[in-house]
Amino acid sequence: MNKQFDLSRVINRDNNILQLILITVVIFAVMSWLEPTKFLRYYNFESISFIFPELGIVAIAMMLAMLTGGIDLSVIGIANLAGILAGVFFTKLLPGDPAAGMAGEIARVAAGVMLALGVGLVAGALNGLLITRAKITPILATLGTGQVFTGLCMVLTGGPAIVGFPAYWGLIGNGKLFGIAVPLLIFVAVAMVIAVLLTRTSFGLNLFLIGTNPRAAVFAGLKSDRMVLYSYMLSGTLAALAGIMLSGRTNAAKSDYGTSYLLQAVLICVLGGTNPAGGRGTVLGVSIAVIALMLLASGFQMMRFSNHLIDFIWGGFLLLVMVLNAFRNRA
Amino acid sequence: MAEPLIELRGVTKRFPGMKALDGVDFRIEPAEILCLAGENGSGKSTLIKIVSGVYDFDEGTLLIDGVPVSGFSPRAAIAAGIQVIYQDFSLFPSLTVAENLAMGRLLSEGRRFIAPAECRRLGAEALARLDVTIDLDARVGELSTADRQIVAIARALMSETRLLIMDEPTTALTGREVDRLFALVREIQAKGIAVLFVSHKMREMLEISDRICVFRNGRKVEEGPTADFTEARITRAMTGQDLGHERYVWTGDAAAEPRLRVEGLSVGDAVRDVSLELRAGEIVGLSGLLGSGRTELALALFGMEPDHRGAIFLDGRALALTSVPEAVEAGIAYVPEDRLSEGLFMSQSIARNVVASAIDRATRGPFLSDEAVTTLAERTVDDMRIATTDVDKQVGKLSGGNQQRVIIGRWLLTGPRVLILNGPTVGVDVGSKAEIHRRIRDLAVTDGLAVLMISDDVPELLHNCNRILLMHRGAIVDDLDPRGLEEDDIHTRLKTLR
Amino acid sequence: MNHLAKLMRRSETAVFLIVLAIMIVIGLINPAFWQADNLFNLLRANVIIGIMALSVLIVMVSGGIDVSFPAFAAAAMYLTVLAMNAYGHEGVLLPFIGATLIGLLCGLANAFFIHTFRMIPLIVTLGSASVVRGLLLGLVGTSIVNIDRMPPALIAFGRSSLEIGGAKLSVMVFVYLGLAVLVWLLLTRTMTGRSIFAYGDDAESAKRVGFNTRRTVYVAYGLAGALAGFAGLLHASMIWLANPRDFVGYELDVIAAVVLGGASIFGGRGSVLGTLLGVFLLVLIKNSLIIMRIDNTWQGVVIGCVIVVATALTAWRDRKTLA
Repeated sequence: MNKQFDLSRVINRDNNILQLILITVVIFAVMSWLEPTKFLRYYNFESISFIFPELGIVAIAMMLAMLTGGIDLSVIGIANLAGILAGVFFTKLLPGDPAAGMAGEIARVAAGVMLALGVGLVAGALNGLLITRAKITPILATLGTGQVFTGLCMVLTGGPAIVGFPAYWGLIGNGKLFGIAVPLLIFVAVAMVIAVLLTRTSFGLNLFLIGTNPRAAVFAGLKSDRMVLYSYMLSGTLAALAGIMLSGRTNAAKSDYGTSYLLQAVLICVLGGTNPAGGRGTVLGVSIAVIALMLLASGFQMMRFSNHLIDFIWGGFLLLVMVLNAFRNRA
Repeated sequence: MAEPLIELRGVTKRFPGMKALDGVDFRIEPAEILCLAGENGSGKSTLIKIVSGVYDFDEGTLLIDGVPVSGFSPRAAIAAGIQVIYQDFSLFPSLTVAENLAMGRLLSEGRRFIAPAECRRLGAEALARLDVTIDLDARVGELSTADRQIVAIARALMSETRLLIMDEPTTALTGREVDRLFALVREIQAKGIAVLFVSHKMREMLEISDRICVFRNGRKVEEGPTADFTEARITRAMTGQDLGHERYVWTGDAAAEPRLRVEGLSVGDAVRDVSLELRAGEIVGLSGLLGSGRTELALALFGMEPDHRGAIFLDGRALALTSVPEAVEAGIAYVPEDRLSEGLFMSQSIARNVVASAIDRATRGPFLSDEAVTTLAERTVDDMRIATTDVDKQVGKLSGGNQQRVIIGRWLLTGPRVLILNGPTVGVDVGSKAEIHRRIRDLAVTDGLAVLMISDDVPELLHNCNRILLMHRGAIVDDLDPRGLEEDDIHTRLKTLR
Repeated sequence: MNHLAKLMRRSETAVFLIVLAIMIVIGLINPAFWQADNLFNLLRANVIIGIMALSVLIVMVSGGIDVSFPAFAAAAMYLTVLAMNAYGHEGVLLPFIGATLIGLLCGLANAFFIHTFRMIPLIVTLGSASVVRGLLLGLVGTSIVNIDRMPPALIAFGRSSLEIGGAKLSVMVFVYLGLAVLVWLLLTRTMTGRSIFAYGDDAESAKRVGFNTRRTVYVAYGLAGALAGFAGLLHASMIWLANPRDFVGYELDVIAAVVLGGASIFGGRGSVLGTLLGVFLLVLIKNSLIIMRIDNTWQGVVIGCVIVVATALTAWRDRKTLA
């Protein structure tokens, strides 16, 4: 029934994707030229494949909020809270039992994953309810809840990082399956599920319509409040998943991990063609954007740019992309 | 005779793909009240923008006091004594009345500082000129719409104004407030100021103006002293519609269970104890002055006034309408007043706009089928005769009439039992209008849809409805049989309600 | 009677009453609260957040939001202190002018992007914050200037205080109040100030009436940056050290304070008095957590809840007045 995945059709419909692919190719070419020996090594791409999925998933979570014209400034707070609660669960509530064996360990990790994802779901639901029921602007609602979540992280840890995650938990963040990084596999699965959800389900269409014109959505009989609530719940769950991957990769959870991800997630969304005012955005665009930016960052790291300068480049890039979009819209 | 204050000779204004004004000759005499009549898209807003210097034009000449001017700008227009009061009044809700009034003067004097006492003095002067009292220290955001309008008028008259342009000034006013506004307009005229009154309401034009100028499709189609006009003549000129059509006759069973029965419906103070019945196949018109409560009544039937009191029955079954999805589920469809802000998802495709209310019909299992969306959209495009070959095109690229058909078509996919249309043909060109009317009548006859048609357009109601209800101050005051009625009968009736 | 009713409707009154209630409760729990020393310390804690809140207030009234001021403050502070050390400068006037100018320039850059390209303020300021912080830490340095290397003039300035009733009140409190009066005069008594309100109400109408809206945007963001820069250096002089990583997370506290003070994120609404009260309330809540011996890790949770509750109440009130 459906035509096969046809890239030219996607590109025709959205020339933003074309622009993104071009940017990615240019970044790739420039970095290969500047640092041919280091950049083109297999190791480099492998390490990128472990690191970018967290950010990519946070960016997809951010995009979900932006689709309805909102924003989710609490994603990092949710991610850390999920990781820390899992850490508390593993170290305090259910410490590892050497006698339990492999099956027991896997069950323990699975319980931890469910707990962490559940935290994300509840946190997202809180955001969604504040936005749809209490009618708080998304910026302020998620700014406030983000503070609450980060605050809870502080309360739970008292400041220092929580360590002592089970070995299987670590696999989620730095394991390999069939020679491919587990985080990469998770990212691909998440991206595909969300892409299908947005383009192939009624929920997705609802979000696009609500984001395009919230008032018309009410008059068309869409269940706007419920859909927006679901979108923030999904966003929170994805943020928690990113938190699991982050704590798995570093084998630790802390209240201030990944704080620079917030800006980067916004940047990736905007670069990926998401309209912060709502109604437009694709998982494909966000995925290409995150890869482009990761190539850029790894290239700069090889040229011994400090992390701070890379922050500068992120910010500058964000402004530059917005300027380009402004020019394009004017034309 | 003195030169006209403003004169346009053969003015043409083009926009991409259309001529907004086409060789228009137009003049405004000093101290006259001129009514500019026309439907949305007739070119009257373009004309205002040319006269106020906002738009440049492509051909023709603009003369002020008989002298041709070139490079006319908003600043030049203000210098020539031309002031425009837009529909939104351009006031600042968080500033006080005094500040809103004084701001223009202080700005033109290039002031840097602002003294409350001086603001209050300037404001008091401005209000005194109109002989009205409004609390100068109140924030404009706290005022009623009518008071805001007076502040806007007072502000416009603070400089040496010779022409005051009022764009649809009565839209948000109640009957009594309209009377007060008209008294004010006559006083302004007595001071030697010309007023250009833009409206699409015939009663008001006939009451207030000295002269009427009717526009249609970018051309001036009629012009003359108000005494020469009747409401029917203005309508005909505005719509270009020949009213020789057959009227709608309902042949259903009056004894059958009504499709929609409303008993004692009240919504706050806006709707008071309204009861009505709609039978299958009936097209019932609903008219009344603005603020009569007709929109609130429609919104209550559509589930948007959850705090309403009273009972609503559909085919004899009681409905508790507290949300739009419930109303849609029950089979009630509503085509809103404001197509752009309430109806359409502008940047989305025609197909997505069409299926918006019936997304479930395009899903296969848990998934949305692109093919089903396209099929439904294409069927609707055929059914509603929407002029497009590509349902993936943005809906914003369609004309007003086609956009309206998209919204009506959207509702037909939900299998409605009651269709409420609020201003079904506002801003729709004549051809589309006839087509939309034909389709609505069709739906009533063949599908037995019960239609409630809210409109200001009396010929539209007479032509399409088998009953016409008039609302006033929240209550239904008349239930008319259009057979044997003429337009002027209804206008007369409406006038007595004020 | 009418005046009283009007007074009661103002959000400033509500904030004031809440402040009063909290003060009475804390006073009952711990009478030491009312000692002049404690109260003066409380006021001193208002200064930096307060000046930054004035900066955010101006931007919010214009209908925008600014999350870049902490980065601007850090940059202005750190660069000025480094420059003072490099040139061995002994005064304080010039450094404060310098810091203010650095902030001003950063703010004007925000305005440039927001006005010229019609970009969303939140995203522009997220970007500019990252740019400024990245340049500062990446190119200038990350090491803290400690008390032993701080310019003595700056420390002396920060320590200056008045003795009132046996307790010392920091002169900085007066600097803060003086700035508040200046901002109040600007917002209510100058055309530019009123144009910021008008722009926040409706940018299109402001243009139609004849305001130079470009100037309005530049003034609003420029001034916000300047205040942030000034606050940055003042902070260093009050705590005797200059840390380029300082002010991280201040945007939350400051925006919370401004929203508490009744300003609307949609523009057009907000007052200096309300902002002062909002700042005082926020500092009071933080302070009382300490007095009530609640672990300071709870601060984030409390502040977050305060933001959520305050915005929910504002939204609820707005809906009620609309209906």
